[in-house]
Amino acid sequence: MNEFRYERAADSATATTLFAAGTHARYLGGGTNLVDLMRETIERPDLLVDVSGLDAQITLRDDGALMIGAAATNTAVAEHRLVRERYPVLARAILAGASGQIRNMATVGGNLLQRTRCLYFFDGAARCNKRSRGSGCDAVDGFNRMHAILGASPSCVATHPSDMGVALAALGAEVHVRGASGTRTIAMVDLHRLPGDTPEVETDLASGELITAIELAPLAFAAHSIYRKVRDRASYAFALVSVAAALDIDPANGTIRDVRIALGGVAHKPWRATLAEDALKGQHPTTANFARAAARELEPAVGLSLNAFKIELARRVIVATLAELSSTTEPRA
Amino acid sequence: MSLIEKAMETVVKLLPDKPADPLIGAHRTVGQPVSRLDGPVKVIGTARFTAEVTIDGLVFASLACSTIARGRIRSIETAAARRVSGVVDVMTHANCPRMDAPPAMVRDPNGAAMSDLPVMQDDSVRWNGQPVAVVLAETQEAADHAASLIVIDYEAEPADLAFEAMVPDAEMPKNILGQSPDVRHGDAEAALRNATTRVDRIYRTLRHYNSAIELHVTTAHWEADDALVIHDASQTLQASRYTIAKAFSLKPDNVRILAPFVGGAFGSKGVWNHTLLCVAAAKLVGRPVRLMLSREDVFRATGGRTLTEQRVALGANADGTLAALIHTGTTAVTSHNSFPEQFTFPARHLYATDNLYLQQKVVLLDMVANTAMRAPGESVGTFALESALDELGHAMALDPVELRRRIEPVRDPEKGTEFSSRHLLEAYRRGAERFGWSNRNPVPRARRDGEWLIGHGVATATYPYYRRPASAQLRLGDDGHVVIRAAAHEMGMGTATVQAQHAAERLGLPLDHVRFDYGDAAMPKSPLAGGSCQSASIAAAILAVCATLVKDLLELATDGSPLSGAGVDDVEMRDGGLYLKDAGGRGERYQDLLRQAGTRFIECAADAPAPTEILKYSMHSYGAQFCEVRVSAITGEVRVTRWLGSFDTGRILNPKTARSQFRGGIIMGIGMALMEDALFDERSGRFMNPSLAEYHVPVHMDIPEIDVIWNDIPDPHTPLGLHGIGEIGITGVAAAIANAVFNATGIRIRELPITLDKLLAAGIGED
Repeated sequence: MNEFRYERAADSATATTLFAAGTHARYLGGGTNLVDLMRETIERPDLLVDVSGLDAQITLRDDGALMIGAAATNTAVAEHRLVRERYPVLARAILAGASGQIRNMATVGGNLLQRTRCLYFFDGAARCNKRSRGSGCDAVDGFNRMHAILGASPSCVATHPSDMGVALAALGAEVHVRGASGTRTIAMVDLHRLPGDTPEVETDLASGELITAIELAPLAFAAHSIYRKVRDRASYAFALVSVAAALDIDPANGTIRDVRIALGGVAHKPWRATLAEDALKGQHPTTANFARAAARELEPAVGLSLNAFKIELARRVIVATLAELSSTTEPRA
Repeated sequence: MSLIEKAMETVVKLLPDKPADPLIGAHRTVGQPVSRLDGPVKVIGTARFTAEVTIDGLVFASLACSTIARGRIRSIETAAARRVSGVVDVMTHANCPRMDAPPAMVRDPNGAAMSDLPVMQDDSVRWNGQPVAVVLAETQEAADHAASLIVIDYEAEPADLAFEAMVPDAEMPKNILGQSPDVRHGDAEAALRNATTRVDRIYRTLRHYNSAIELHVTTAHWEADDALVIHDASQTLQASRYTIAKAFSLKPDNVRILAPFVGGAFGSKGVWNHTLLCVAAAKLVGRPVRLMLSREDVFRATGGRTLTEQRVALGANADGTLAALIHTGTTAVTSHNSFPEQFTFPARHLYATDNLYLQQKVVLLDMVANTAMRAPGESVGTFALESALDELGHAMALDPVELRRRIEPVRDPEKGTEFSSRHLLEAYRRGAERFGWSNRNPVPRARRDGEWLIGHGVATATYPYYRRPASAQLRLGDDGHVVIRAAAHEMGMGTATVQAQHAAERLGLPLDHVRFDYGDAAMPKSPLAGGSCQSASIAAAILAVCATLVKDLLELATDGSPLSGAGVDDVEMRDGGLYLKDAGGRGERYQDLLRQAGTRFIECAADAPAPTEILKYSMHSYGAQFCEVRVSAITGEVRVTRWLGSFDTGRILNPKTARSQFRGGIIMGIGMALMEDALFDERSGRFMNPSLAEYHVPVHMDIPEIDVIWNDIPDPHTPLGLHGIGEIGITGVAAAIANAVFNATGIRIRELPITLDKLLAAGIGED
C-alpha cells in the first residue's frame, strides 16, 4: 500500500472541496473494495476523502420516493422495512452478495463504484487496458469464464460485480450526485458506461463528483419482485449470471402491462434488459413469450473462449425467473 | 525397488508377527470423545502461533516474486524500496548469504525442502512467482510497501508451461514414492478387448491449493554464528532442521525449530524458499526476522496439488468380476522435486483382477514445485477409478455396492501379501444400511423435486497405513504425573489429545495426570505429520517407552516391595501404579515406588520398533462415501444435500477428533469435486486467482450435515489397533459426487471441478 492522506468529510459539499486537493483522490466508503485494491497497489490514491459519515438516512419523500443516503450500509438497506415491503428485489440482491461482515461495512455509493473482479485487472503483472490504458487485455484469450457477453469491446471484457446495482437498474433508480459545480441526477442505467475504447472510464461521473443518494420512485408492482443469482458456490461468490425482475399483469386481459428485467454478471454494467422488456409488454405471460423475450435480449450476446455458456444460462435464468414471478404474481388493478 | 529392498521385504515376510498390542480393546480413556486439550488456549487466544512470537528487535520481511516463468534477472532496481522509511535492507541474489541447495523431501529421506533448487544464489528464474527479493523493514507495512516499489528487468526465456501439449512426450519417472511406475500382471489390454463389458475413459483433475488458514510463516533468530532458533509453521520439524542445517552448513543440533501450534497444513508446510530466505535475511541484517507469506505469496512461492490426466479402462466378466483393470496417466511435476501425485496407488490394492496394468508418467513444467496435498494420489486417483467403476456398474446394470462385493480381493492384487485388516465390505454394508441405499433409484434422472434433479452416489475411500520410525521420552514424577515428549506436530487434528489419552490408558493414569509435549525439533524423533502416519508412529514410540518404564520401575522396587523380584511379564500398569498380575494383585502406586527409592522423578526413552509390518502386510484404510446431490435442471448448479462416510480405519482413538478429521476431509473433497481450481495461465505460467475470494473452497452453505460412522475393528498389527485418519476423508468424495450427479442427471462429468458450465455443455435440462 502506498502512502496517502486521509480526510474525513463533514458534509458532501466539503467532500467535493477536499477531493479537489488531491491529484488522485478517491472517496472512501466502507473500503471493502478500495482498500483491497490499495493493498494490491492497483489503486494508488494520494488522498482518501472518507464519506462514510455522510448521509446514511433511508427516508420516504412526500412524493412517495424512497431516498437512500449513499453512506447507508448494504445491511441497513437490505433490512429496512420499506425496502423489504416495496422493493424486495433490492433486499434480496444485497443479501445475495458478499458476506454479512462485508455488507455491514459496505456503503451504497461504494457498492455502485466497486471495480471489476477480472483476474487480470487484479494482477499487476498482467496486461489490462483498464489499469493501464493501451497495454492490452489478457482476459480476452485468458481465463474469461466470469466475463461479459453483452456490450464488451476488444479492449475490455470485464463485468461489473455488483448485485445491488442490478436490482437498482431494474427498479429504475436515480442516482443523486454532487460535484464542484452543483448537484444533478443520473439514471442508474446511465451511471456506468460500456468499455468501448476507454475501459478505464467506468462511469458517467465527472472527476470529484460524489454519489450522495439513491432515489427509488414508487413502483407498486415491484412489491413482488425477485432476484436470482447463479454462481459457483452457494454464497460468497460473484454472479455468473443474475436476474432481477418484477412483473405487472393487467387484470383486464391478463397481459403484461409492465415488466422490469436487469441482468448481472454479463456486462461492464448492471444490464437493464430493455429489449426483453419491450418484447413482453402487452403479451401474455407464457413461457414461450418469456423465451422469445430472453432470446431477443441475448441476440447480440457474444461468447468468449470460456464464457459462452453464460448466453444459454442467462436465457434460462430469465425465463425461469419470469415464470416464477408470473406463477406468483397477482394481477393488480 | 532396489535389490536390497526386495531382499529385505522377502526376509521380513518370514519374520513372526509382533504380538498384538494388549490395549487393542482398552476403552478407559482411549476411545472416549475427549475434547481437544489445546482447545481452551486457542479459544481464549493464548495459544501462540508462529506469526505471534515476540522477539526484541524483530525485522519484518516481504517478498517480491518473479513475473516471468523462466529466464534471468538483468537488473533489480531497489533504490526506491531502500528509501522507504523503516526499510533496513533489501536482499537479492547479489547480497544473499551463501547457502547450499536444500535437500528435497522424498529425494533425500531426511529432506524437507519442496524443491532442491538453490535459493536466491544466482540470477536465474525458474518459475513465475519465484521469490527474487526480500525487503526487510521495521514494520510489515513498510516492508510490503517497499516490496511493491522494486522494479525488475528480466531476460525471459521460453518456458514449458502447456501440460496437454506435452503429455505425448511424458516420461516415466524412476519410481513413484518408492513404488514402481509401471505395474503389469497378465495382459490387461488383451483381457480388456475380450471382456464382456468395457469402460475406457479419460479423467482429468486440475490444480488445487492446500489453502491452510494459517499462512506460511517463519521467524528466524541467529543466537550465534553457528546457532539458530527458528519458529516455523511446519509439519515436519526434524526434517526441516536437517534441511536448514544442510543449506547453512550447520550442525543439526545447533538448529532449534519450534512449532507448538500450526494452523493447518494439509501437506504444504515443509521447507519452501521463504523458510530459507528468512534464515538468510536474519543472517544478513544480524537481527531476528519474520517472513510471513501473503495469501498471494502462498500461490506464488509455494506449490499445491498438480493436475492429472488419467485413463481408467475396466473390463468385466459376465459375473461382474474384473477381467482387466488399467489405470495409467500423466501428471505435471518439475525437474527439482519428486511429487508425482501417486494416482495409481488405489488400484494397486483395491480390487481383484488377474490382469492389472498401472503406469504413471510425468511432464516437467516450469512452475512452482507441486507438493503433497491431503491424500496426494488417492484423492485424485479415486476420482478416476471410482467414477469408472460406477460407469461399469451402470453399463452392466449392477448396483455399485454389489459390484464392489464381486471384485473384493482375498490378497493384495499387486504384491500378493495378506491384508492386515480389511473390512471394506463391512463399511459398505453398514453405510448402505444407514444411508438407505436400497431406496436409490438406479435409473438416472428418475427423481425430481421441481427443477432439482436428485441423485445418489457412492465410491470407495482408501488411504495407506504408514508408520515411520519414532521415539518418545517419558518423565514420571513422584506426584504421579507423567510428561511424554516427542517432536510431533499439532495442526489442529488432536495429536496431543489422543496421545495423552493413549499414554493415560497405558500407564493406568487419569487423563489429567498425563501431558504430551511436542512441537520442538530437539525432542525425540518424530516423523512428519504427513502420510497419516503420525498417530501410529508416536503411539508405537509411547508403547515402547512405557515398556521401558516398567523395566526401570521394577529396578527401583526395594526389598520390602511386593514388586521386588518381579519380571516385566509379571506386572501390569493400572490404577496409577504397577501391580502384579496375580498374587492378589498386590503392587505399588508410582509415587510410592519413587519415594521409597528416594527419587523425585524417573526418566526414560525408547525407540519404536522398525515398521516391518508394512512390508509384511498390505496395510490400508478403507471407507465408503455415500451422498445425495441435487442438480438444477435449469442452471446446472450442483448442491450436496446429504453425506455419509462409513470408514474402516482400525480402532478409533477419539470419536470426537476423529469425526472432525473425517468431516474436514469430506468437506475438502466436496471443494475438490465442485469448485477448487487454481487457474494456471499457460501463457505466463502464472496463477491468476491467488486469493480465497477467487480460489473457491466450500462455504458453510455448500456443506450439508455430514454423518460419519466407522467399523472400529482394530488392526491386530498396529499399536492400539489404530490407523491414521488424516487423509482418507477426502478420498472417494469427488467420485461419489460425480456418480451422484450422473444418477441425478444422466450426465457423466469426467473433469473436475464439476461446474455448471460443464453440465450445461452436456445439455442438462434440454428435454
